[in-house]
Amino acid sequence: MDTMSYALPLIWAAILAVGVTLYVILDGFGLGLGILFHFERREPQRDVIMNTIAPFWDGNQTWLVLGGGGLLAAFPKAYGLVMSGLYIPIIVMLLALVFRGVAFEFRWVAKPRQEFWDLAFSWGALVATFAQGVVLGGLLQGLSAQDGLYTGGTFDWLTPFSLFCGVSLIAGYALLGTTWLIYKTDGELQEWARDAAKIALLLVVVATAIISLWTPLSVARIAERWFSWPNILLFSPVPLITLYAAYRCWRGIDTIVGNDAEPFIAAVAMFLLGFLGLVISNVPYLVPGALTVWEAAAAPSSQLFMLVGTLLLLPIILGYTVFVYWTFRGKVRPGEGYH
Amino acid sequence: MDMDAIFLARIQFAFTITFHIIFPSFSIGLAAFIATLLVRWRMTGEERYRTLARFWTKIFAVSFAMGVVSGIVLSYQIGTNWARFSTVAGNVIGPLLGYEVLTAFFLEATFLGIMLFGWQRVPPNLHVLSAILVALGTSISAFWILSANSWMQTPAGYEMKDGIAYPVDWFKIVFNPSFPYRFSHMFTAAYLTTSLVVLSVGARYLVANRFIEESKTMIRMGLGMVAILAPLQLFIGDAHGLNTAEHQPVKVAAMEAHWDGSKPGELLLFAWPDAKAEKNHFEIGIPHLASLIITHRMDGLFKGLKDFKAEDRPPLIPVFFAFRAMVGIGLLMIAIGFVGAFLWWRRKLFDSTWYLRPLTYAWPLGFIAIIAGWWVTETGRQPYLVYGVLRTLDGVSPVAFGAVLTTLILFVLIYTSVFSMGIYYINRLIEKGPQGAAIASGGDPSVGAHPLTAAKDAARSALGTGE
Repeated sequence: MDTMSYALPLIWAAILAVGVTLYVILDGFGLGLGILFHFERREPQRDVIMNTIAPFWDGNQTWLVLGGGGLLAAFPKAYGLVMSGLYIPIIVMLLALVFRGVAFEFRWVAKPRQEFWDLAFSWGALVATFAQGVVLGGLLQGLSAQDGLYTGGTFDWLTPFSLFCGVSLIAGYALLGTTWLIYKTDGELQEWARDAAKIALLLVVVATAIISLWTPLSVARIAERWFSWPNILLFSPVPLITLYAAYRCWRGIDTIVGNDAEPFIAAVAMFLLGFLGLVISNVPYLVPGALTVWEAAAAPSSQLFMLVGTLLLLPIILGYTVFVYWTFRGKVRPGEGYH
Repeated sequence: MDMDAIFLARIQFAFTITFHIIFPSFSIGLAAFIATLLVRWRMTGEERYRTLARFWTKIFAVSFAMGVVSGIVLSYQIGTNWARFSTVAGNVIGPLLGYEVLTAFFLEATFLGIMLFGWQRVPPNLHVLSAILVALGTSISAFWILSANSWMQTPAGYEMKDGIAYPVDWFKIVFNPSFPYRFSHMFTAAYLTTSLVVLSVGARYLVANRFIEESKTMIRMGLGMVAILAPLQLFIGDAHGLNTAEHQPVKVAAMEAHWDGSKPGELLLFAWPDAKAEKNHFEIGIPHLASLIITHRMDGLFKGLKDFKAEDRPPLIPVFFAFRAMVGIGLLMIAIGFVGAFLWWRRKLFDSTWYLRPLTYAWPLGFIAIIAGWWVTETGRQPYLVYGVLRTLDGVSPVAFGAVLTTLILFVLIYTSVFSMGIYYINRLIEKGPQGAAIASGGDPSVGAHPLTAAKDAARSALGTGE
């Protein structure tokens, strides 16, 4: 294997990891707000919740398209395998996102008869989140494949582990959503978000702990990765820093007169560390147990052609994304919308 | 995977992509129209342009959301339905779609936020720029996706190794033989479709004696575009057809239901092609006209269906009839443009109710023509997924019959209900009409600032509930 066909797949895996992470964080808090709709039923409050994300949701969701498009472009074999193996949860996620996405516009146009789109928004978010968690769980437990093509059954993904991952992600996105609300709102709604954030944080800590034990217990390869010497020493900072981030998150939620961004930043840090943990568990696999980054990689010329554009365009994309967030910075207040 | 599951996978993909294409073909033209309105507003200072821009932005927001959610489905369905295709063609198709995401999707999705919510949050010129960037994004998106589709029709710049396509020359891949024609044809179609919608909505108001100033502006702008683009589209379509005759002769033979390549083709106005008997029933045609159109010579010969093995021929009925629907609507649009331009020239346009009233029902024409055109080109590519390279049967995912059937039913139920609601809401926004006065006078700032709030207020008063 020459340097090019060794390095390019690694670079692409890193780019996709950045893309997926950005999606999980950005659309994560968006879906989290949808999950909160189940608990906040008053219309003015729901309006504010939605307005905190209305200008951004579309850009946020585009990272999911980058995930699909990037996977197809850089790792076509993995793309085909994952989409066939996790067919049901992926289609369910997409259909749920249809409801969630159109609700952003339909809910306003339908007023005052927006109840259905409130449900579409809240259930769309809940189901999409759950399905994403199941996809993650299904990936972690591995897909049976031969020559890069899926050979398993329609419901192979359906295990207690994948279902638990689905439930855990609901708690995770709810944490991102509540901490985002703390950052973007004030007054009574912010207080409500602080209370909800505490519950979400506790659930996330418990769920993370369970998954962190469950994964190595069920996959020997992952246990070997974490608990062999000297890895156990090398990787032990990951759970420890995660615990510290959780502590900072709690403190941020609890401190009324503090930096309102802190809980959100700490929650994001927890997600980043969790993702790092997944990477440590599964390197060099792209589809755990089935395809390594090199086995799944597209032709080097394809990866190179895409890389040139990506290195040029990704900074520009990040630049104008930041610009739009900056444009709509500050607290969102009831009845205000954007002006 | 058995044949039935393959058939269902095809139905499912055809269904979701047919639904999806409605929204981008509208967004491409509408984004450009809104940007034009805003630029004219900045240049002339005339308030009606901004009023119209706001009005159409509300409609754009609803339509764009439907385009986005149905588009995400597609970016994953290539894998859920066509995993083998992803492996075989991924090296070539993948980067094209990747570039679409990087150069177009982020641009339009991000600046849409400013376009919708930035009316008073950013300086006017920056807001106008955002609208231009959204329009640019939709066009760039069309560029890449049509390049990818054209490569599947006329693959070039690649080599096959162990049954997998590897890129050799990216320029040849992106600008493959049918791409310039397909892109011009689709891009013009998108503008034409939106222009007809604008013209139709303008006519609807004028006939009903509402929003007189705004409706006249819409009629002028819409009609001007239709009068120019509809004839232009005839020439582009002709060039596209010649290109298809060169690279995919069997598709053209199917479009014309032309069996015998040793005789000049007649243009069939109607026929019922019979694939089994290898002939047409109930033919009504104009002799030699198909030869004239395709070869530009009265006695020109072009290949007939019998020149190809039966297993290499596309399904005839959809290709044949969809082609007639598309061309028929195209000719109708030329007539609409011609008559309208004549009335405009005679200064009778705004009084000619006999002309304007039927136009109020003309808004779906462009969409039907676009869907018909895509059916022609996609069904006409069969039995191949990548023409001459990968057969559709060999491109599918290993997914079970029951799973595809269940999701197909879900797609049909959810798409028809969600998107019917969307069209209902768009119609309601149109019924309410441009809301200029409150904004022009500075009125309630919340109405001015938030197009959706404005829409909400509009809906409230429309339903008479007050607030």
